[in-house]
Parts: sequence; structure tokens; C-alpha cells
Amino acid sequence: MNITVNGTASEYPDKLSASQLLRSLGLADKRLALEINEEIVSRSTYDSRVINPGDRVEIVHAIGGG
Amino acid sequence: MSSVMQPQPHTSPDPLLLAGVEYKSRLLVGTGKYKDLDETRAATEASGAEIVTVAIRRTNIGQNPNEPSLLEVISPQKYTLLPNTAGCYTASDAVRTCRLARELLDGHELVKLEVLGDEQTLFPDIIQTLEATEILVKDGFKIMVYTNDDPIIAKRFEDMGCVAVMPLAAPIGSGLGIRNPHNIRTIVENASVPILVDAGVGTASDAAIAMELGCDGVLMNTAIAGAQDPVLMASAMKKGIEAGREAFRAGRIPRKRFASASSPIDGMFF
Repeated sequence: MNITVNGTASEYPDKLSASQLLRSLGLADKRLALEINEEIVSRSTYDSRVINPGDRVEIVHAIGGG
Repeated sequence: MSSVMQPQPHTSPDPLLLAGVEYKSRLLVGTGKYKDLDETRAATEASGAEIVTVAIRRTNIGQNPNEPSLLEVISPQKYTLLPNTAGCYTASDAVRTCRLARELLDGHELVKLEVLGDEQTLFPDIIQTLEATEILVKDGFKIMVYTNDDPIIAKRFEDMGCVAVMPLAAPIGSGLGIRNPHNIRTIVENASVPILVDAGVGTASDAAIAMELGCDGVLMNTAIAGAQDPVLMASAMKKGIEAGREAFRAGRIPRKRFASASSPIDGMFF
């Protein structure tokens, strides 16, 4: 399926969970926040949250800023 | 036995009370514009700041996932993190950023709200900022709001439930210092929440002036990170803030047009 992660559209396996997506990106243990179609996905639901074709995923973290 | 009273400076505790929490330091610092994370860590430590701003941005996908991250050097256990909405030009982007920050930081509700008007001045868009404030207050956020130096608007933000109001001294990153001390003083005098100068200070004397005006604190980033020696400037800012605060509490002498001699007139022998 095609999904957009942080603005870039790519092919991913079907029936991917949020946890599986983060693992595949090497971000499994990172402190981050996740949004699917502009809705926040709580960390406690990453395993059960399934990503659907066409979903827009944002993965954010804290960086230096003033 | 002669007993000479030693003069003691007034050292009673003087914490910054912000959203129900006491802080020793009245200097808040940003973490942007440093050359690397080592410099970020060293300057932040030298500043003595306890509240530290961070920005929320996309994670780099496909780059080295083991590269060090900001929160490894600015630990949420050691510092009170203040996620900002820098770069937001609409209320909805700012609200979205705050909600992501709360998820990122495990329910953390203290945020620095800034909604910008244009890129040249980075002045706040007050209409958008008011709109975001209304939504975020209802959503349980504790908002420290970046605003202009307008006393009427500053009071409005307080009335809406912001935990601190942060007027700019001058444009973000400009280093121009306190451009309108009279307005800052009016904002301070009217306020019953902490007033912090946010943006525009250039050097330690600017920070001291903000504190002498009665501000509860100063938030800065570029003045430290952009100095030739950021760690030394962080230390200077810490002292500027402390000196300005003590001078404010001490109560300065009034300004007079003419001289008044410091040495007594009595006992002169010539």
C-alpha cells in the first residue's frame, strides 16, 4: 500500500500497525509523537493501530528551538 | 565586647512561581542555533536555566537513527521542557503542535505559544494567538504566550487563563534590547501572572534592564547561542538576570537632574 510518511509517499506492506511502521523505520525506541491524518495516536495504542492505504503519517520529535 | 553588625544582603528566597511550581532561576533559554549538542548542553548548564524551550519537528526518516537527540542532552528529568510553536502562522497549526508536544512529552501541559505574523518581523499575529489561546486553555494547556508589548493585549491573555505573558523586547533574534521599557513596565504593573520578556535581548545589560523593570524573568536564545562564546554569554546572562532582579528588589534611587554630594558637608576644615 502507498502511505505518506513525513511528506514522502512510499510503498509499505499492507495491514501495517503503527508499531511495525516505527520498527521498520528504526524508530521503535525513540521518543516521538505520531499523528495519522492529523489525529494523534497515543503511544499505548501503537500495536493495535492499523495504518490504511493513503494515510498521511507524521512522526515528530523535539529539536533545538527558542 | 564590641559587637559589630555585619551587613547582610537580603537573601530571602525569591523563587519564580510559575503555574504553581517554584523555580530558582529566572532565566529561561532556548536550544536553537547552537553548533552542536555539546555546545547546547554546556551553554544551557552555564545559564543555570531550569526551563528550556524546544521545537517540535518532523523526525528525519531514513537517516542514521542512532544520531544523538536533543532530549539526551537536555533531559526532561533535569529540566522543565517548554515546547514551543515556533514557525506557526495559524492558530490551527499552533494547536496541532501543542497537542503533538503533549503526546511527545507524556502529558506535559506547559507550552510556549507563539503564532507569527510575518517572516520579516516575526511579530506575533495577535488575532491568531487569541484564537489558539482560547482552544488551548479549554484543552487544559498551561500557556506561556509570546505577544507584543501592548499592555491591553497582555492583560487580555492573562484574563483568558495564560499562566505567563511574554512580551517581546524587540524582534526575535534582533538583539536590539528593550525598545519600549515604558510599556513593559505598564504590563508588569497591571499583571497578576508572571511577565517574562521573550525575544530581543542582545547582551547581559538588556537582561538586567528587563529585570530592573520588574519582569519576572527573561526567555532568550539567539543572544546566547549567537554570541562568539555562547557558554561565557550564558554565564553573563545568568548574572545579568540576578543583578537586575536584586536591583529591582532593592529599589533604585530616583533620577534627579542635579547632583547631591555623597560626602557630608559638616566637619569640613577648609
